[in-house]
Amino acid sequence: MGESEGAMPINYYIVLALALFTIGIVGVLTRRNAIIVFMCIELMLNSVNLLLVAFSKMQPAKDAALTVAGTDGQLFVFFIMVVAAAEVSVGLAIIVMMYRNIHSVDINFLNRLKH
Amino acid sequence: MKIELILIPLLPLVGFLLNGLLRNYLSKGLVGIIGSGSILGSFILSVIVFMQIKAGNTAIVEYFNFIKAGSLHIPFAFQADQLTSIFLLIITGVGFLIHVYSTSYMHEEEPHHFARYFAYLNLFVFSMLLLVMGANFVIMFIGWEGVGLCSYLLIGYWFKNKDYTKAASKAFIMNRIGDLAFLIALFMLISKLGSVTFSEIFTTEALAKLSGFDITVITTLLFVGATGKSAQIPLYTWLPDAMAGPTPVSALIHAATMVTAGIYMIARSNLMYSMAPGTLNCIAIIGVATALLAASIALKQNDIKKVLAYSTVSQLGYMFLALGTGAYVAAVFHVMTHAFFKALLFLGSGSVIHAMGGEQDMRKMGGLSKYMKITNITFLLGCLAIAGIPGFSGFFSKDEILAGAFATSPVLYALGLIGALMTAFYMFRLYATTFKGRFRGTHEQEHHLHESPAAITIPLIVLAILSVIGGYIGIPEFLMHGAHSLKEFLQPVFAQSYAILPTHEVSHSTEWMLTGISSLLIIIMVVLAWTRFSKKPDIEDAKGFGKLLQDKWYVDEIYHSIIIKPLNAISAFFNNVFEKNIIDGIVNGVGRLVNYGGRQLRWLQSGQTGAYILMMVVSVLLVFVLQFFMRK
Amino acid sequence: MIALLLILIPLLGGIITFFIKKEEGARTWSLLAAIATFIVAILGFTICNSAESLTYKAPWMGLLNSSFSIAADGMGAMLCMLTAISFPIIFVSTWNTRYSNAKNFLGLMLLTQAGLMGVFLAMDALLFYFFWELALIPVYFICSQWGGEKRIKVTFKFFIYTFVGSLLMLVGILYIYSKTNSFDITAFYNAQLPFDQQMWVFWLFFLAFAIKMPIFPFHTWQPDAYQQSPTAATMVLSGIMVKMGLLGLLRWLLPVLPVASYSWGDTVSTMAVIGIIYASLVALQQNDMKRLVAYSSIAHIGLMCLAVFTENKSAVQGTMLQMFSHGINILGMWVIVEIIERKFGTTKMSELGGIAKKAPALTIFFFIIALANIALPLTNAFIGEFLMFNGILGVDPNISKYGIPFAVLAGIGIVILGAVYTLKMARSVFLGETNSLTESGTDIAFHEKAILGIIAVTIIVAGIYPHHLLHSFEDITNSILNKSDVLHLLKTKH
Repeated sequence: MGESEGAMPINYYIVLALALFTIGIVGVLTRRNAIIVFMCIELMLNSVNLLLVAFSKMQPAKDAALTVAGTDGQLFVFFIMVVAAAEVSVGLAIIVMMYRNIHSVDINFLNRLKH
Repeated sequence: MKIELILIPLLPLVGFLLNGLLRNYLSKGLVGIIGSGSILGSFILSVIVFMQIKAGNTAIVEYFNFIKAGSLHIPFAFQADQLTSIFLLIITGVGFLIHVYSTSYMHEEEPHHFARYFAYLNLFVFSMLLLVMGANFVIMFIGWEGVGLCSYLLIGYWFKNKDYTKAASKAFIMNRIGDLAFLIALFMLISKLGSVTFSEIFTTEALAKLSGFDITVITTLLFVGATGKSAQIPLYTWLPDAMAGPTPVSALIHAATMVTAGIYMIARSNLMYSMAPGTLNCIAIIGVATALLAASIALKQNDIKKVLAYSTVSQLGYMFLALGTGAYVAAVFHVMTHAFFKALLFLGSGSVIHAMGGEQDMRKMGGLSKYMKITNITFLLGCLAIAGIPGFSGFFSKDEILAGAFATSPVLYALGLIGALMTAFYMFRLYATTFKGRFRGTHEQEHHLHESPAAITIPLIVLAILSVIGGYIGIPEFLMHGAHSLKEFLQPVFAQSYAILPTHEVSHSTEWMLTGISSLLIIIMVVLAWTRFSKKPDIEDAKGFGKLLQDKWYVDEIYHSIIIKPLNAISAFFNNVFEKNIIDGIVNGVGRLVNYGGRQLRWLQSGQTGAYILMMVVSVLLVFVLQFFMRK
Repeated sequence: MIALLLILIPLLGGIITFFIKKEEGARTWSLLAAIATFIVAILGFTICNSAESLTYKAPWMGLLNSSFSIAADGMGAMLCMLTAISFPIIFVSTWNTRYSNAKNFLGLMLLTQAGLMGVFLAMDALLFYFFWELALIPVYFICSQWGGEKRIKVTFKFFIYTFVGSLLMLVGILYIYSKTNSFDITAFYNAQLPFDQQMWVFWLFFLAFAIKMPIFPFHTWQPDAYQQSPTAATMVLSGIMVKMGLLGLLRWLLPVLPVASYSWGDTVSTMAVIGIIYASLVALQQNDMKRLVAYSSIAHIGLMCLAVFTENKSAVQGTMLQMFSHGINILGMWVIVEIIERKFGTTKMSELGGIAKKAPALTIFFFIIALANIALPLTNAFIGEFLMFNGILGVDPNISKYGIPFAVLAGIGIVILGAVYTLKMARSVFLGETNSLTESGTDIAFHEKAILGIIAVTIIVAGIYPHHLLHSFEDITNSILNKSDVLHLLKTKH
């Protein structure tokens, strides 16, 4: 089937996803607030999700008999979302505990393992 | 014959076990009876065996498989022939007398030490009997090492004295050096001939399989073994030190029997030696050199036992000279006469030391003939015998050796004669200093001077008789035709050798002349030494050349600085430097390297979450970049 | 069945020991287990020594083609016998030595015994490796918990050292397995790797064995470990464990990699000879009895290694006999060292002296064992060393051209220097005057006399009549040498 008429070309998705991912990375690298770092991680995950969905949509079905586009990528996205949800719950819990213990959410305080 | 033969060594072994295991329970009397009785039993059996052999029944008896591995088969077997029987009689006969002597000499020891002493002595006789009865080199080697062990144990009998135990260790280790050579010769025999059984290898056909080089190497190695056991250059220095042991031990082990093991071994292997003329020359030279060296040292010693020890080394040199000149019978003959008169001299000196309350320095003796009649006479007879005064046993055997030397080379004869003259001189220096002149000890010692009890004097008398008459079984041809009964008796043992060895006939007139000259010179020496030292004994320490002799040519010191010191230095280097720093250093170095690497990698684990993420991102990027460039 | 019992009794006995709370009970139980093993071994190797009772095979890891296959050939039987004799002796001789937490100690000892039995019996490479490690690990715990002051460092070194060796061996085993697809010993014997592969696989195996034996220059763990371990563990290490390396050489190296063993023979022999001289020289300098015995053992093991690589019947048979003799002799030596340490609190030779006056029975036993250590005739070691030297000197010139220099140098180390350091020890510990430390010494107790008596009698009987023992090695020697006979292989090819 190839690209549908009038649909956005894949390039746009890729650039957007790239932009989101880069923002995520830069956020993780530069910020010290655990919650913002956490949000940036989510951002990176979602940029990947976006890319997966986009490629999945654009990918032609392997079997000519099937008219629907490939669903593998979309399935992956569900998995990632589930894992991300789980991660959020654990991660947030860690952050809460961290705040309770050291009254801060600055990740640079988390270097006890070194000592 | 089978039973008699096994019983001969078994009796002393039983004596050893009884005295050794029950040493805390037996009385001294019982210990003495077990110790001496077992040897007497062996002596009686030896006489029976001797009779049978004299009647022509030689035998080789196998008892059980000792070692059997691959093609190598070594049975535990005894051989009884003429040579063995002579040695059996010497060992058990002289051994018995010395055991009897010991019961009195060692009587002041505590009961369990007394029993220990007799146990060792019996073990020694057992080992010595194995040595001469073995039908192959391995059984001989058992005895060979066994006598070395007993010598070690008996030299160090008074084990509380560190110097004595040091002397014991020295004896054992020097013997071991010889033993290694002996062993290597054995292995060469096995690898070349596949056997070490005397009856198999000592045949002309078997030995023909060996190349001339092999046979020279093997005989030389065996001879090195003999130099260790029989105290020849270069391994003789242990014997004088071995005088640390009780005097009867010196008489039995370090004079009469053990030290003659080397001579027995070479006489036993005579055929092989006769096929190696190079080795024979070497033996003759070493023998005469040892005879001269030891005799020269004996001239200036002041310890009564040290003089006798160097004299023993010197006399052993004569026996090797005889072997080296192919005069095997003369060597065995001298072993026998030497066993008589040297045992007598040692036991006599023991009697003197006993009377002197443990004093061994001749300078503090003198004039003892007044106090100890029997010891004096028997000792004098022993001195006459060893000096080689005509009519005494030493004369016959020494004369035969010198005649053999003359037949080979006049130079050897001349050197041998010089040695004989020195022998006469130092023996009568010893005799005169000890028994003649006036007493030079303390009053207390003089008060205690006494003749020894019967258990000591009877063996002295028996040995003195033997020292006088023992020579008449070997009257030389030129004196009386066909009177050399020892030669006749040993004929079968050496027959094959005589067929090979070149014969140098010396005319009877020459022999008369040689004997005359040597006897005359010896008598002059005796008179010289007697008159001089009974009047003016050597009291002061020697100076100049005499000091060199008194200090034994510094041979011990030389050995110390060229062998022991470097060995210690190298082993200290290995232990302190090489082992710690290099071998263990490398091992620990590997460990340290791992540790170091770990420490260096640690800074990466900064604990900063940001740094970890940065590292992750950088690595991911790096992978991408690499992937990109590798694509081509 | 007998073979299986030899492993199972100590294994179960050891596990049960861990649960016995009372010390006396644990001691009695462990001794009973050891004696039971001994009785089984005696029965197995004398009365019911049929092939069926001495072999056992069960599926183990079927997917990997590895089975639980154990069998006792002449060499294995001898080593099992040695292990079975040693453990009761070890338990009795250390009866009066106090340990904290004795039940764990004894349990671990029995586990070690099980591991050792397994090593000697295993006929499957993976199983061999399994037991090899099983024997090592309990010893590690024993040494690190009950050892001397520097035990942690020393045991760590010992463990890492031997463990590296065994991992290399595992790599070697897996490599051969990748070719044969079976761990069975016969498959290994038939592997016939190509020449270039044999040449490097050889070192994987050899290093493991060389470290275990140990031979120069892989020996540095040993003196420290002997000195720092509790004596019971040292007895196991020196008496039995070093034989694992030799067994490895004879069963898993020579027949499996014949060409490489032949090609590297001179290299290994040179190492062994250097080791003999070197260890003997270093032994001369030792002041601690334990270290002296350790270096003496290195020298003697070097001789055995040298003998193995001559691939000569006399030498190999002598080596097997010597493995037994060395085990007995060094065990006796450690019993004596243990007694001295317990009585006087030190093993430093310079601090001791004059013990002969105070403890004549101990001195007599020491001398018998010391004389066996220097291979005096009519002791067990003489026969072994005689055969080994005979084999080394008479080695087939096609296998090694250096038989004579090897034998002479080894002889200087073993025969001469061996006597020097052994007599030095005798002199400074037992002879001479007593000092303030040894003045209060007493002679040994009855149970110690009994143990040393057993050892002494074994030494002398095996020295006078070694025929049966030697005879039992004949078949296995022939089969090892047939499999490793490279010269024959070459001849049949051409």
